[in-house]
Amino acid sequence: MPKKYHIHTRIADPRFTPVGKYSTVEFREDCAGSCHDCVKKSCVYGVFKDNFLHASNMEQPEYLYICKGCYRCVQECTKGIFSMSINPEYRTLGDDYWTPDIIITTWAQSHTGKIPVTGAGYRGRFVGEGFDSMWTDMSEIVRPTRDGIHGREYINTMVELSRRPARLRFNQDMSLDMDLPPILEIPMPVMFQQPDFGVLSETVLLSMARAAAVLGIFMFVKAREYSPAIAGFASSIVPCLTRDNFRQHADMIRASRMIELAYEPGIEAEFTWLRAHRPELAICVGLPLDARAARIAVELARSDVDAIHFYGSDTGREVGAGSPRYLKDMIREVHLALVDQHIRDKVNLVFSGGIAMAEHMAKSLFCGADAIAIDIPLLLALECRLCYKCKEGKPCPVKLEDVELKWATQRIVNLLGAWHNQLIEVMGACGIREARRLRGEVGRSLWFEDLEKESFGPIFGARKVAGIG
Amino acid sequence: MGAVKQKTRAGSALPEVVETPSRFRNPIGKYVVRRSSGCVSCGLCATLCPYGVHLRYENYSMPIRPRDYRCIGFKCEANDFFCVKRCPQHALSLSLNPILETLGDHRWPAEMLMGHWYMAEAGNVPFVDLEYSLGYSNGGFDKIRFRTPDPKDRVETPDQEIDTSIDLNKRRDGRPERTLSIPCYGGGMSFGSTALSVMVGRARAAQKLNSLTCTGEGGYPGQLVPYRENVITQIATGLFGVTEETILYAPVVEFKYAQGAKPGLGGHLLGDKVTAEVAKIRETVVGSALFSPFPFHSVYSVEDHKKHVDWVKEINPRALVSIKVSTPTDADMVAVGSYYAGAHIIHFDGGYGGTGAAPDIAKKNIAMPIEYAIPKVHRFLVAEGLRDKVCLIASGGIRNAMDVAKAIALGADGVVIGTAELVALECNRCANCESGRGCARGIATTDPELSCMISEQWAEQRLVNMYLAWRKQWCELLRQYGLNSLKDLVGRSDLLVHLDYLDDEERGKYQPTPNKKMVL
Repeated sequence: MPKKYHIHTRIADPRFTPVGKYSTVEFREDCAGSCHDCVKKSCVYGVFKDNFLHASNMEQPEYLYICKGCYRCVQECTKGIFSMSINPEYRTLGDDYWTPDIIITTWAQSHTGKIPVTGAGYRGRFVGEGFDSMWTDMSEIVRPTRDGIHGREYINTMVELSRRPARLRFNQDMSLDMDLPPILEIPMPVMFQQPDFGVLSETVLLSMARAAAVLGIFMFVKAREYSPAIAGFASSIVPCLTRDNFRQHADMIRASRMIELAYEPGIEAEFTWLRAHRPELAICVGLPLDARAARIAVELARSDVDAIHFYGSDTGREVGAGSPRYLKDMIREVHLALVDQHIRDKVNLVFSGGIAMAEHMAKSLFCGADAIAIDIPLLLALECRLCYKCKEGKPCPVKLEDVELKWATQRIVNLLGAWHNQLIEVMGACGIREARRLRGEVGRSLWFEDLEKESFGPIFGARKVAGIG
Repeated sequence: MGAVKQKTRAGSALPEVVETPSRFRNPIGKYVVRRSSGCVSCGLCATLCPYGVHLRYENYSMPIRPRDYRCIGFKCEANDFFCVKRCPQHALSLSLNPILETLGDHRWPAEMLMGHWYMAEAGNVPFVDLEYSLGYSNGGFDKIRFRTPDPKDRVETPDQEIDTSIDLNKRRDGRPERTLSIPCYGGGMSFGSTALSVMVGRARAAQKLNSLTCTGEGGYPGQLVPYRENVITQIATGLFGVTEETILYAPVVEFKYAQGAKPGLGGHLLGDKVTAEVAKIRETVVGSALFSPFPFHSVYSVEDHKKHVDWVKEINPRALVSIKVSTPTDADMVAVGSYYAGAHIIHFDGGYGGTGAAPDIAKKNIAMPIEYAIPKVHRFLVAEGLRDKVCLIASGGIRNAMDVAKAIALGADGVVIGTAELVALECNRCANCESGRGCARGIATTDPELSCMISEQWAEQRLVNMYLAWRKQWCELLRQYGLNSLKDLVGRSDLLVHLDYLDDEERGKYQPTPNKKMVL
């Protein structure tokens, strides 16, 4: 087996106090004043240790990042002067898709590198749209390894990005009668891509590129942002070029292991030049994840492209459609179109847009992706609050432009460390120890529509409500 | 609340309800009643309120803060005794408690939590308008309703005549017949994961209710031995604390293959949680982290699994064997395999439950919710001619009395309860069971200070009260359909409807799904 892949995480403290969910409300006029039993002193989490003077100083209430919502202050105060409310700032984080919960969980992973663990069972909805309408399977007996998911017989999360020949051709003496394309692999099925917005200072972009290099994965970078500093990590960078400009960027092509060309009809014609100039180069074609995606994927897969990168919307949807479909369904469509044509194994499919949590990475693979690319989580790792003020040219509340390179790199590495461990958890439960085997493995997943039909159909008949209801 | 002694048709006496108030001086209620400084302590409100919101003692004349968790809220405006209107000083005000927004989650909304806190206090269903049977999860049990009953079917059997018992041994293999008085028993929560007083309190409640509780994987503390007839010994993959002695104690031995909250994943007890006491009981070294691997490393096939079962049966000839598994896509085949390996009880633990710490990705995403697994397994066992020979137990996301009844109507014989028991002990599902010193509310902690917050007696009576309140709900449900036994409800999915499978008109006849979007 290849060398064991391990991501070294290290605590990277936040620069700003993260926004907490709770705030306490005190009716101080009812406070006994001299109570010896003040609940503030006995808070299990020490919330009030540095947070007791704001009322007497007539300051705005401080919102309590470290409050865990145990309600003991509310329930034990001798005068009952406490109540809780949701921190109004917490509500402003993100939007309907990038929920406050996702954002603070991403912050915590970037801070500690640990996977999110909580007690008391699942707290969310029974089923949701998109990826939330599928579950991954588990096995009672089949195990991927004998000594646990982090043991010696480890779970391999490596995936390929290079094309594969449809068949092998041999000589009479059984020697290989063909040249095999070079193999390009990444140790986990994730890549980075430059976000479309955000304070993309050189340090921010550099930290992403550097983290990609540390992790051994790639980052998609637009040609205009390909600075000399970024070029320092050229072997981890995929420059995104176009038919019109790629010949002017020969230096980038020379330094890279993979490049991306923006799709336009007939783009395959350019591969010949590239292959002639740099045979070991992997070629990826980038295109929007729209209604034409499956058709174009089939066309491209017939050429000798290595990977196809589909750009979905920031909310994990199809782009350019009136009622856009979910990433989950789009991946299925593209994957199955290639399976139908018996050319799925030739190419690798990379999907991006709206991949917000580690579970989205695992589920994308189950749906048929080879790898995914993330952008917004990289900003979140650097404490972005998704306030979108930067889009209006306003200053960033967490001063992303001032981040320190080493710290920023570690935050991103931590996030991916946590994601990698979560992928391994899912694979371990499934009894699968090769990430490549996850691709399109719907047999090891459970789907809302199927479960409803199979379990509830015989009892309740036909569903009368469309979708998840 | 007077003591009520009931005897079930099954013959065993039900324990008494004893009012067991909150440990905290300020219980959280749906409404807030505030008394302003205008109050002159005339005491009129105390004489008016029949719900005990206002207290007044003979020898104390100062006003006392209202017990507003007992207030019935704005519907009281129509009553003559509405304190806010009658107060001569206009010193009282009533409002909806804004704290509700911060409490609970989609599966256990604030009202369900408060409803169960009240049930555990009073042994009865709340008189406050709390929705304690439906959550905001917008699916599964929250969309399943019991069909509108035909008034003609109703019977007036008194509660004590109604049979809520379940039989655990249906194999007729010469091992003891074991009947529980309620269709529930306690889920495994290990020594170290909960306070010892909680563990013992659960065992004492199980004894009083003629039910069971389970050791979990952390071993068998000596304090449980007096209650051993009501304690399941769990054998999990780490085999911690499993000895011949503890297997001999047990009326039921449970093999835990997987658990719903983290199906397919092992457990990990952090080194600093391995105190001298924990190390002793688990037969390990103080301060060393302990791993429970997944799965059993001696089981590669159903034949290996049978060897496990035979081994326990050989050691303890009177023990029944339960197999606890998660809910994979082949749950039905797992059930049949377990039966042929010799299991008396097959226990499916669905993905949405669990009490201890687990990775969020596992809780949400791995294995199917229990609502799907129950009918799938039930139908398959019926088709295989095995349904009458095995006790099918469901757990994982079964939150309240109606969820229990729905699970039974879908095909389970009974259920295992974990979270609801902790809620009865005033868990508020803050989900920080593992952080810092453990549970700040003294439930899931072994911190020397925090774990003293609960006494065994208090825990025992709170649990007894909650289950008695649940029993009242089951009895009322059964009467509506002319049934006298919960056993007659098993597999009666014809009594259920699912809102998504009804026409608009038909759906309108049922209580809509509460669909509040919460800030998590």
